[in-house]
Amino acid sequence: MAILTLTINGEHVSGKDDESLLDIARQHDVHIPTLCHLDGLSDVGACRLCLVEVEGQSKLFPACTTKPQEGMVIRTDTERLKKYRRTIIELLASEGNHQCAVCVVNNHCELQNLAYDVDLQYVRFPYLYPKKELDATHEDFVIDRNRCVLCTRCVRVCHEVEGAHTWDIAGRGIDCTIIADMNQPWGTSASCTSCGKCVRVCPTGALFEKGQTVAEMEKQRDFLKYIVHARQKREWVAEQIEEE
Amino acid sequence: MTLEDLNELAEKELERQKNFKNRLLYCSAAGCVSCGSNATRDAFKKSLKEKGLDKEVEVLGTGCMGLCGEGPLVKVGSDDTLYQRVDENAAARIVDEHLLNANKVAENLINPDDPFFASQMKIVLENCGKINAESIEEYIAAGGYQALAKALTEMSQDEVIDEVRKSGLRGRGGAGYPTGLKWGIVRKAKGDQKYVICNADEGDPGAFMDRSVLEGDPHRILEGMALAGYAVGASQGYIYVRAEYPMAIERLKLAIKHAERLGLLGNRIFESQFNFRIDLRIGAGAFVCGEETALIRSIEGRRGRPRPRPPYPSEKGLFGAPTLLNNVETYANIAPIINRGSAWFASIGTPKSTGTKVFALAGKIKNTGLIEVPMGIPLRKIIFDIGGGTPEGTEFKAAQTGGPSGGCIPNDHLDIPVDYESLATVGSIMGSGGMIVMDSESRMVDVAKYFMEFCADESCGKCVPCRVGTKHIYLLLDKISNGKATQDDIALLEELCVMVKETSLCGLGQSAPNPVLSTLRFFRHEYEELLKPALHFEQSEKSR
Ligand SMILES: Cc1cc2nc3c(=O)[nH]c(=O)nc-3n(C[C@H](O)[C@H](O)[C@H](O)COP(=O)(O)O)c2cc1C
Ligand code: SF4
Ligand code: SF4
Ligand code: FES
Repeated sequence: MAILTLTINGEHVSGKDDESLLDIARQHDVHIPTLCHLDGLSDVGACRLCLVEVEGQSKLFPACTTKPQEGMVIRTDTERLKKYRRTIIELLASEGNHQCAVCVVNNHCELQNLAYDVDLQYVRFPYLYPKKELDATHEDFVIDRNRCVLCTRCVRVCHEVEGAHTWDIAGRGIDCTIIADMNQPWGTSASCTSCGKCVRVCPTGALFEKGQTVAEMEKQRDFLKYIVHARQKREWVAEQIEEE
Repeated sequence: MTLEDLNELAEKELERQKNFKNRLLYCSAAGCVSCGSNATRDAFKKSLKEKGLDKEVEVLGTGCMGLCGEGPLVKVGSDDTLYQRVDENAAARIVDEHLLNANKVAENLINPDDPFFASQMKIVLENCGKINAESIEEYIAAGGYQALAKALTEMSQDEVIDEVRKSGLRGRGGAGYPTGLKWGIVRKAKGDQKYVICNADEGDPGAFMDRSVLEGDPHRILEGMALAGYAVGASQGYIYVRAEYPMAIERLKLAIKHAERLGLLGNRIFESQFNFRIDLRIGAGAFVCGEETALIRSIEGRRGRPRPRPPYPSEKGLFGAPTLLNNVETYANIAPIINRGSAWFASIGTPKSTGTKVFALAGKIKNTGLIEVPMGIPLRKIIFDIGGGTPEGTEFKAAQTGGPSGGCIPNDHLDIPVDYESLATVGSIMGSGGMIVMDSESRMVDVAKYFMEFCADESCGKCVPCRVGTKHIYLLLDKISNGKATQDDIALLEELCVMVKETSLCGLGQSAPNPVLSTLRFFRHEYEELLKPALHFEQSEKSR
């Protein structure tokens, strides 16, 4: 491991070579919006919100999956990046059925927060209104695929942390959906341990607990850090934290 | 197997061929098979038997002969006469008149001086249409596996890489990355296990260049991969080929079996320390699985979704090991470079784009089929000499290269040389070799819409700009095409295209807007002509 120096938005900063640009930016209080990233999970670079400019490169790089290099000069807040981020949020808003007023996570939704941050009042694209399935066959949880932003956090937490690998992605392009096991009702899944980790990491109201009404459901998404940290350090306190 | 053994095999095969008075070569590539070349073969065999010639004349299936639009194609070996549209009747006539009485069958004759043939130059396709694709002996008799023998007995790994680097060969899969440079990176990458992969996914609609090589000359790919394996220090190769190419798969399987039997694949090849095996992996034919990181995941048995690069496969590829990934046509050029030397190869084409390029010529053009031309050839020559121009009564409008990732080149740029740099200056790309010709009847908005529908369907759905953006670009094009759009929609279309291009994760999304941007650049008036009439009440309000 080595310490590198780089420049973010004109400020000299330092970071470790095994960290991502996102980690380093956050340590120095530089805010970069994210959606598919979640501390404790592997990064996939899928939502493209965290794209940054790197001097001397014509391509944009996702901060969550890009490693620093000595002397790298990075900008996170140019007008071009802001415009693109706004369009990404607009595209997401047009893709699903995001009617916040009737959603269980109203006011606790990461997509909603992102839209507030860019002051998204109006979507220039037609709503695609997909008719995707809502599955309430699980005893405790529901998945409403119409609110899913396909961040794959649920897929990753289930595979990487719980080790159950219940969730997967099926389909291509705009028809992509999250499926349980061999594309069967969640309630009949043999692999699901009902741990609820996917529900907690879901940024939107796509995954939620039964019996919650509008705006009731608050998600604690930072529990993962503790589990993963404990595993790495072999502290094995994860279960206790979970049961709190 | 030693070099002497190889030469002996070659001589034995040539001897065997001399035992026949003549050879009837019929094209057994997919294009001609679909026009009935198997029936042609049977008709030949039947009439040869009737005339008592079946012991004297060999009938054999070869790879693509090029003029796919006029199939089934047949060649008479003794004098290289080429025939087109050889149905069962014509086959019987060729036996009767040409073989027995030395009278060529005028109705089916192809003129060898036709510019279709005269302007081409064959390196990659040199064996296609000449040898039996299912016979390793014929490949060896045509000089096959000599390059591998030479490399393993006379050249160091670095010397092989140096030859490839000096040849100037660039990747034929689309992006044109210098091949020697890539090999050098994989050679230097740390790792006990390294892999070599051949990308035979060929997903561009209408493209069949790679397929023709695989079907017509499969050993050339095996030899190229073995040379690559030796150069970078890999002992295992994979060919990733789409399930839609059953004939290519069968021929590759057969070729691997034959090569293993002769010890040209396996352990201690040419009695060196070099071991190399090749296995096939069959893809389900998703366009995105041609993207290198998705392809690697697919070989690993996972869902074919691209991941951000770096790290590049050269450093971290298959199962995390350094991996060399090249296109079929790239590998097809390796053996000739090692045999004839980098200077020879570099003398063909232009200084920055050396060698030849295979194109699948299609669309509104007289001669459709498979062609190979030296890099830097003017586009005009391809369209009007080789292709014979557009059909009677229509005018050339544009040529589209690079398929769904490329752009169109209009009339005003017909004299552009076909090389990587020149095509980029007009907003198109070399691509993998699809070339679709459009005439005055073609509506460019619909062309753009067709490609965008393809990309939206083929998007893997991982990243937002491509998954949702391509869908909206498609919807905007649909709106324009239906006469329901306004000037604002064109502005939004342009903005979204640039955004999707710059923010998408992989090459699919990054290049999907190219056909739209390119048609907007050269044919904007066609978009504007389709806009709905301006709202009249605005004008009347002002005039009040
Ligand atoms: C969506 C997409 C599809 C691709 N399809 C192919 C393909 O079918 N065949 C191919 O050789 N390369 C394809 N490529 C390019 C490969 O990712 C890779 O660059 C290439 O195989 C490298 O080989 P080369 O250096 O010999 O060209 C594709 C790239 C993208 C982004
Ligand atoms: S269900 Fe939730 S966590 Fe899973 S992909 Fe959809 S939005 Fe992400
Ligand atoms: S650009 Fe398209 S194909 Fe490539 S990763 Fe993104 S969604 Fe998938
Ligand atoms: S947070 Fe980096 S791409 Fe989603």
